[in-house]
Formats: sequence, C-alpha cells, structure tokens
Amino acid sequence: MDRTIAAHPGVLRQLVRAWNRYKWSYFFIAPSMLLFGIFIVYPVLQAFVYAFQKVDLRGATWVGLKNLQDIVNSELFWAAMRHTVVYAVCVVGAWITTSLLVAALIQPLPNSIQSLFRAAFYLPNVISIVVIALIWLWIFDPDYGFFNWLLGVVGIPRVLWLQDPDIALWSIVLSTVLIVPGSGVVLYSAAIGAIPRELYEAADVEGASPLQKWLHITIPLLKPTTLYLMVIYTIAGFQIFERVYIMTAGGPINATTTIVQLIYQTGFSDFNYGRASAEALILFAIIAAFSFVQFRFLSTDVEY
Amino acid sequence: MASTAVGGSPGGAARQRRMSPWRRMWMRLPRLVVYALLTLVAVVSLFPLYWMFNTAFTPASSTVKLPPDLIPVNATLNNFRGVISAAGRGRLLLFGAEHPIPMPSFVIWFINSALIAVFSAGVHLLFDSMAGYAFAKRKFPGSNLFFWMILAALMIPGQVTLVPLYLFVSRVKLNTMPYAAVILPGLADVVGIFMLKQFIQTLPSELEEAARIDGASEWAIYQRIIIPLSAPALAVTAIFAFQRYWNAFVWPLIVLPRSDYYTLQVGLSFIHTSEFGLNYGYLLAGASMAAIPMIVVFFAFQRYFMQGLRIGALKG
Repeated sequence: MDRTIAAHPGVLRQLVRAWNRYKWSYFFIAPSMLLFGIFIVYPVLQAFVYAFQKVDLRGATWVGLKNLQDIVNSELFWAAMRHTVVYAVCVVGAWITTSLLVAALIQPLPNSIQSLFRAAFYLPNVISIVVIALIWLWIFDPDYGFFNWLLGVVGIPRVLWLQDPDIALWSIVLSTVLIVPGSGVVLYSAAIGAIPRELYEAADVEGASPLQKWLHITIPLLKPTTLYLMVIYTIAGFQIFERVYIMTAGGPINATTTIVQLIYQTGFSDFNYGRASAEALILFAIIAAFSFVQFRFLSTDVEY
Repeated sequence: MASTAVGGSPGGAARQRRMSPWRRMWMRLPRLVVYALLTLVAVVSLFPLYWMFNTAFTPASSTVKLPPDLIPVNATLNNFRGVISAAGRGRLLLFGAEHPIPMPSFVIWFINSALIAVFSAGVHLLFDSMAGYAFAKRKFPGSNLFFWMILAALMIPGQVTLVPLYLFVSRVKLNTMPYAAVILPGLADVVGIFMLKQFIQTLPSELEEAARIDGASEWAIYQRIIIPLSAPALAVTAIFAFQRYWNAFVWPLIVLPRSDYYTLQVGLSFIHTSEFGLNYGYLLAGASMAAIPMIVVFFAFQRYFMQGLRIGALKG
C-alpha cells in the first residue's frame, strides 16, 4: 500500500487536494442525500423488484410477470382505473375552469380585496383531507345531512349520496370540485397580473371586444400556467385516496375503489405486497407520463 | 403584484364623468355582479369548514334534527368534551415507555402530531438549507447528478414507496421505534431542497467570497451569511413541512402500532370507525381541533403560502 502511494505521489496529493476542496460540499449534502437514498431511491428500486415477486414478511420468491397478469385480468383493477380516470378528468376540468374564472374576476378589484378573496379561496386547501372528508360525510348524511335537507326544502326526494353505487363516485367528485383550489387561483392571478397592459391597449385601438381580448390575449398567454396546473392536478387526481378511504372505503360494492385505494387494500388488507408494488408501478408509469408532458411543454416559454 | 384593470381603456374615467347617474349605475353593474359571483363561490368553498364548526358547537340533541340549525343556537363545548372522553385514556410515551404519562388519548394524539410536525419542520430547515446551499453555490463532482436525481424524485408518487418502505421498516425493526418510523421517511422529501436551492442561487455571491477571504470557515459562511439571507425561503420551507406532517395520514396509519402513538389524523379516522363514528357532533369537534392549528398557521403566515406556491411553480 505504502509503496503504491510512494510510486504515485502525484495521485495521492491530487486526491488529498480534491478532498480538501470538496469535503464541505459533501458534508452539506450528506444528511439529505443519505435520507434520500435510504427512504426514496432504495424503496423505489425495491418496488421494481417486488413487482415481479411473491412477497410476504418471511421473504420473496420470483414469479415473473404473474403479478402483472393477475392485475390485467382483474376486473376490480379496471374498475379502479375507470373510477380514477373519471375522478381525475372531472376534477382537473372543474378546477382549471373555476380557478381561471375566479382569478379573472378577482383581477380588476382593488389589491386589498384581491388578497382577501385569495385568502378565502386558499384557506380550505390547508386543511387535511381527513378532516375535509369527515365534514363531507356529514353533509352527505342520508337522514340529517345538509344536502338532503336542502333538497327537501325544494321538494326533491332524498339522495343516498354515498350509499348508492351509481351516485357515490359522483358525490366524491362533487365534494372535491365544490372547494375551489387555492393554488390555481393564486397562480392564475399572478400570471394574469404579469401580462403586459400594452397588449390590451393595442387590442382596444383595434376595437376588440372584452370577449375577444379574453380569448385571443389572456387565454393563450396563460398557457404555461394552465399546463402546469393541469399536470399537478392530474397527478393529484390519480393519487386520490384519503377522501375515498374515509368516506366510502371503496364501497358500496367497490363502486368508488380507486387505484391507490386498491394498492392499499392489496398491500395492507390482503398482504399481497408483490401485487401491490406492481399496481403502484402502473400508477407511477401514468404519473411519469404526465410529468414528462409537463417537462416537454412547459420548458417552451411563452414570449410576450 | 400589480392590479391590472383587464380591458380598462384610457380615458374611460373621463367618459364616465359625463354620464347620467342612471347610466353610471348601469356601468357599475358588472362590478356588482363580479362581487356577487365571487362571494357566492367563496361561500360555497368555505361552507364545509363553516359547517364543521357549526356542528361542533351545536348541542348533540340539535345535530340530529330537521331543519338543521344554520348557526349554533345554544352554542356549547359538550361535543369537544365528548370526543375527548370518547377517545379514551392512554399514556404519553414520548419520553420513552419507561416514563409513561397517563392522559386522555385525544390530548396524546394532539401532542404527538404537534411534536412530530415541529420537530420534522426543524430538521427539514437544517438539512434542506445545507443541501440547497451546496447545490446553489458550490460546484463539486456529482452535483449535477445528485440534483437531477432530486428533480426526478419530485415526480415519484408516494404510493410507489409505500409497500417497500413498510417492509424495510419492519425488516430493520425501525417500527419498534414508532416516532422514528413515522418521522424519518418523511425527512427524505426533496421539495424543500429544491425550493431553497432556487432561492439561494438568487443571492449575490460577494458576501460569501469576502467572508472566505477574511478566513471564515465554510460552516460560518453557511450559518452567518446564507441562513440569515434566506429567512423568507426558510419560513416557506418550515411552513410547508409543518403542514405536510400535521396533515399526513397514510404513512402514520400504516406504521403507527397503537393508539398511544397515533397522530391526530390517524386518531380521527380511528374514532370515525369506532362506536362513536356516527356521532357527528363528536367527530366534527375532533376534526375542528385538528383543523384549528393549520388555520392559525395559515393566517399567521399567509404570504409565505402564496410565495411557496410560486417558487414551486417555477420547476419544470
């Protein structure tokens, strides 16, 4: 060992110099990267392995593509996929529309009133989904819930919001879209504020109507914000779990089972860890595709 | 943020002054409609929160009647007392199982949640600012690789790691230390590193370099220059981390073995599935107590929430 170092004094000195130069950098990133490696990188890689194994607490055996085959042949998986897509599509559409409209309506108001409204729209978004779901459970209560009382007042017979398999999923969608997403309002309203006024003044000179200005100036210039929000809302939509877990636990008769609810059931009720990992990877693939779209389209900046 | 009157034309004010009062009122109408519409949407959006507090303060006999009281007539704290006693009693194990402190389970869950959230937010501040500083201001072999890994991790849904993480935590017996098991995996979250890196790289480098020439140690530069200058971004990081831990549900649900270790969110879902699950007065009083700390944090640090959103939106 000594002889090798003596033979290459230059290499050793370079190593020492490099260490002295970079040791603080590595020291600064060490705690985060250690946690990142143990609790994110390792489990993700492990998930790719488990997806092709039969796993229980004693150990794992390779089963090849069996987990994926089981999933593809399972009716419940496709039902969960359908429910998740329906939920995500409705929620993304409604959230983008409402937050854009609210941001546009807020824009001409005085600053203090703007921030008042922004706070009002953001507030419900900081509360945990568990709390929100418990509240909706009560609002949807068949006997004493607020909604059925409201329907009764206008003479409509009561609705079994969460107990009717044909309605339950729509009730969960409704509970999500009735709360305006604060993030969309804040980001849209920042983006609208950043549009140069000259564009509108030029349009005024041309005699454009407010609707024309909205369609041909505002909407196109908000495209990056719209895309960003669509992607993060789609990802959030596909990850819906707590709301379902608390409000229906996937019922009645699996009418509201979503992908993550299915992963949870497969993993932590059926203890089929391999198959749960495979299901999680399918979710990962969907979300990665959407993130790819984000990176692809968002990096092209709009020029004013 | 500038408030731009969208579509406002120059000279509009002058034209308005020449108008008859009736015509002026007609011109104002859209503004009134805007206020009415916005207020309506805000009322709908805030209604669930209002309804939670309303039910929580309404006497039990009045929650199950029609029509419901739209405001808490005869407001009472009985539901709050009720949910605390319904949760039963337990032992606070925070200072080790050898020194249990008996108290109501609901209070234990609250303390567990608060301490886990505050402690984790603090650790996030330290680790994320160190890493954020290194990625923003220092060049070292592997810095790009590590940073790209972090960016890639931002799109990995938590559900992917759920099962492997649970098996790993069981295998290394980390679940025998429930507090560590619930805190540690969350500390690997990389959003804070990303936000702080974005912020710190906007700081001028002159101060750092001057301090380095004066012979300040690398740690002193981080501690005395970077940290004070990053205060606003640190606030955002701490608040987001607090919110994430306070509201966390799935991982604590899976990894916490029994009531004495529960956080408030897990405790609420436990009451919801217990024999008191249909007592909405109790449930929503419990939910209110879980919501109030976040509401307070929101009003105290409102502008940081908005800033954090915008820093987050810059990624991509």
